[in-house]
Amino acid sequence: MRPWLEKQLHLIDFTLASLARRKTKNVGLLLAYTLIVFVLASLSLFTHALRSEASYVLAGSPEVILQRMVAGRHDLIPPGYLDKIGRIRGVQKKEGRLWGYYYDPVVNANYTFMARPASEVADGTIMVGSALARERGLAPNNTISFRSYAGKLFGFTVAAVLSPDSELLSADLVLLSESDFRRFFEYPEGHYTDIALSVANPQEVRTVAAKLSAALPDSRPILREEVLRTYQSLFDWREGIVLTVLAGAILAFAILAWEKASGLSAEERREIGILKAIGWETGDVIRMKVWEGLVISLTAFLLGGIAAYVHVFHFGAAVFAPVLKGWSVLYPRFTLVPAVDGLQIATLFFFTVVPYTAAVLVPIWRAAITDPDAVMRA
Amino acid sequence: MLFQPAIIALLLAAGLAVLMLAGAAPFAVQVIRHWDIGSGSERQLALERRTYLFSTLLAFVLVAQLAALLLFVFNADRLAAMFVGAMCAVGTLNVNAWGFPSLLMQTAVFFLAAMWLALNHVDTLARDYPLVRIKYALLLLLLPVLATNFWLELKYFLGLKANVITSCCGSLFSGEGKTIAAEASGMGPGPALVLFYAGLALAIGAALWHWRRASRLSGYATLAASAAGFVASIVGVLSFVSLYIYEHPHHHCPFCILKPEYGYQGYALYVPLFLATAAGLGAGAIQPFARIASLRAVLPRVSARLAGLAAAGYTAFAALATWFVLHSNLILIEH
Repeated sequence: MRPWLEKQLHLIDFTLASLARRKTKNVGLLLAYTLIVFVLASLSLFTHALRSEASYVLAGSPEVILQRMVAGRHDLIPPGYLDKIGRIRGVQKKEGRLWGYYYDPVVNANYTFMARPASEVADGTIMVGSALARERGLAPNNTISFRSYAGKLFGFTVAAVLSPDSELLSADLVLLSESDFRRFFEYPEGHYTDIALSVANPQEVRTVAAKLSAALPDSRPILREEVLRTYQSLFDWREGIVLTVLAGAILAFAILAWEKASGLSAEERREIGILKAIGWETGDVIRMKVWEGLVISLTAFLLGGIAAYVHVFHFGAAVFAPVLKGWSVLYPRFTLVPAVDGLQIATLFFFTVVPYTAAVLVPIWRAAITDPDAVMRA
Repeated sequence: MLFQPAIIALLLAAGLAVLMLAGAAPFAVQVIRHWDIGSGSERQLALERRTYLFSTLLAFVLVAQLAALLLFVFNADRLAAMFVGAMCAVGTLNVNAWGFPSLLMQTAVFFLAAMWLALNHVDTLARDYPLVRIKYALLLLLLPVLATNFWLELKYFLGLKANVITSCCGSLFSGEGKTIAAEASGMGPGPALVLFYAGLALAIGAALWHWRRASRLSGYATLAASAAGFVASIVGVLSFVSLYIYEHPHHHCPFCILKPEYGYQGYALYVPLFLATAAGLGAGAIQPFARIASLRAVLPRVSARLAGLAAAGYTAFAALATWFVLHSNLILIEH
């Protein structure tokens, strides 16, 4: 084992020295390589962070949301509907929820109004999300008035601004008491927007949903796992699309690598010729060149990966955010939780190192079979 | 489902492998027909030069295939979130009829590639390349295998429809089923324990024997014992190791142990097991050529080293499995 290791160490030593002798050429290649790793790594780190953000956010939402449908459209839950569900085994809690959208012409944005029990929000007061507070310049104890859809003006005191930690969920949220909600929207008494059910055992969720649709044929149960799955495939799909767009860049990079590797300078040719003349074999030259490729690959991979990490988690992925995040007037400001995933790194490796290696193998071989006398005579 | 980065990467690796092998096939035929190490003709020189290229290319492709197996399983496990009814890789693989054949094929490619790489390594150590013809003949046999692998993967990934309700591991790996997996899962913990440790002891013993004293007989014994040890290990994981990891007397799934909930313990188990089996098979696969004059000195050294690796891998696997069992709160066998 030792002689083998020593041989490889000397090869690496030689390779590094030879790389350093041709700085400009190799730095150019390294830069292009790092850039491609950076772009791809930013992409996958960012989508993965968004995916995990979505699953954190949804972890606290109810397992099943039940909507009533009329002619295929979402309608209000009439009084007595909640009792019709009866007792379903496995359901821990069921409650009617009250929420709606309000268009604010001042900032041209939609707010989500949601009723909370009086114990949390007193009548006449509201709690607002931090993006909304930022947009309208609100602070606790300020007053704000909204013109309701009926044309009446309602004044509220801001009791609190919701913590920015929950901004992804609460950016455009206005929490108010149930009676305020019903007065503001002139919501019919006893009606609800939808029903939230919590189910303790995740494996029972589908059965509960089946029972719900059997008991209430005009309803539509929405499962949390389905919402989560939709988010997952949405982000995966966006990532895949961007990746396909970037496939051209990967190909261009492979061509560049091929060019760089096959465009041996006269000096390099001479070097290989001399090496062979002093006793190196073709296999040794190939090994040396493979080490060269590995050194460049791993350096680029590391540099690109670190740069992507900084880009995504410290600068909010400024390059990709517009494509991948989606868009809204009251867009939540959120910092992503750093998350790196083994699958991503493995995939990234397959996308960068494999094409690079495949592209440089033939030029490496061409260089390695050079005849010493042919070079030295030239 | 084709727009999944990991799927694109897997198809890229498999497609590249088929392309490169297909590109190498005409050369392989040339080598088989015209190779003559004693000749100094121009054709022979050209062939000798080209073998460097193709050996390097193939080594690269096959090493990539070794990594692809890991990526395949990793990806299947991760995709489980996308399918109704899937809790782990089993659900993903069950979405259509191509999933499990694809996994088995990828595993077969893994072991075949490992054996070819062992052969290639030995060949490059000898002065006169005694195995060149055999190597390239095997390559021609490997090409349809890799092509099938690519075709199965393509079929599988194209057929991944998110609206399919798939089945979870609980229904596949239960003792009541009629499949081989169910038979293995249904085995009582007592006999399974005996089979598991006996199989592993055999594999470790044979590998150690070959490591100390590399002969053809011990080489073939390592090959056979590695294969047997692999089967015994998988049966053991199905029938009792997984139960101890889950601390649940009826959950036999060999894929859920790969999940983060169980601290990725599955990777810690499978990686040494697969490496050990690949090394053991490799040590055996080169034995038929031990009598060739130029290999007489180098081959035993290489195969002894491979056997040492196999013994270390199986020992690590056995130690880890035992540790998981001892640290579990589940009691399957009262004593």
